[in-house]
Amino acid sequence: MCTTCGCDDGAKITVTNLQTGQQDHMERAASPQAHPHDHHHGDGHHHGHDHPHDHDHPHDHDHHHDHAESPALAAVAGLHAVTVDLERAILDKNDRLAERNRAWFEGREILALNLVSSSGAGKTTLLERTIRDLKSEIAINVIEGDQQTLNDAERIKAAGAPAVQVNTGTGCHLEADMVRRGLDFLRPAFGSLLMIENVGNLVCPALFDLGERAKVVVLSVTEGDDKPLKYPHMFKAAELMIISKIDLAPHVDFDLDRCEAMAREVNPGIRSIRLSARTGEGLGDWYEWLRQARGSAALPAAE
Amino acid sequence: MHEMGITQSIVAIVVEQAAGRKVTRVTLEIGKLAAVMPDAIRFCFDVVAQGSALDGAALDIVEIPGRARCLDCGGEVMLAEVFGHCACGSRRLERLAGEELNIKSMELETA
Repeated sequence: MCTTCGCDDGAKITVTNLQTGQQDHMERAASPQAHPHDHHHGDGHHHGHDHPHDHDHPHDHDHHHDHAESPALAAVAGLHAVTVDLERAILDKNDRLAERNRAWFEGREILALNLVSSSGAGKTTLLERTIRDLKSEIAINVIEGDQQTLNDAERIKAAGAPAVQVNTGTGCHLEADMVRRGLDFLRPAFGSLLMIENVGNLVCPALFDLGERAKVVVLSVTEGDDKPLKYPHMFKAAELMIISKIDLAPHVDFDLDRCEAMAREVNPGIRSIRLSARTGEGLGDWYEWLRQARGSAALPAAE
Repeated sequence: MHEMGITQSIVAIVVEQAAGRKVTRVTLEIGKLAAVMPDAIRFCFDVVAQGSALDGAALDIVEIPGRARCLDCGGEVMLAEVFGHCACGSRRLERLAGEELNIKSMELETA
């Protein structure tokens, strides 16, 4: 439907548990008539939080509105005014679901990271290597986002970590409710690490909060070193930039220093780690960053 | 791009708020730094609105320029991008405006 990139949230979302093979289907609000919160929850799981106004609906008038008249309309009832102020954030629903996820993670001292990059930057390869190297030290769970196939989740499972695959159909990013469904399957343990590998795309995932502690943007040296300036929203939103495939740097025209300078131009606070998941160079810095981030996810009392 | 999904959210929110009444106009506020293209929203809007209470409604988009305060000299900076410099050279900027993505109001047909 969208001629820009074919993204269509009317598509069906499939969430697959790689451990059990169990699948869940989520309906997106495809038609305008669809109630924005009527997507299917196969397990009867109640998501009462995504009702857009279940806590700001003042029933203080004495006659009963059983058709859920909006507060905005109630305000103009009896008047001839036809313009109704809404002052509503369009992404409010996703933002509130993301905050619920964030609170869920914090209560369990789970470090949740949202890995973003363009397709083919090496997110899955980095995760495979990280799981193999750290699985005796940290429990790692992975939510894989892709438009189609279970390939990435199968790779993660083979590397030794529980994985859930979210197939977004034609959707170009993960949203907070998809992560929630993934969590229902994974049930990550207290103090564990949750890696959310977003759909390969440097544009849309910047807008959708999933409830993560930080976004980590992966940029490979086979891309241009000016990506931070070309996709500033993503580099602005990320806390850490990983420059991947540095073993290939001698063969390509990618200036690592220039790339980092551009990333700092967009986001003065961004950290940068250069690594190669193939040769292992720089992985120690990444693991140290993970340990520190995980340490700060834990409550002081637990230390 | 994400404009299709965002337009679906806009229509869904307005349909719900209108509670069955016909909507003749929707006004949005979109910041220039919000990573959302007003033209793409306009393109999607007519398609998504079809058959709903918003069918045929006009769409007004108020674009909000990017504005930031410099954390070093306190001056105000206009931003055309999500990043920029203050005239004093500082890059430490606090965003004041330009990231809006709001439904400002809707206009309903009088019965």
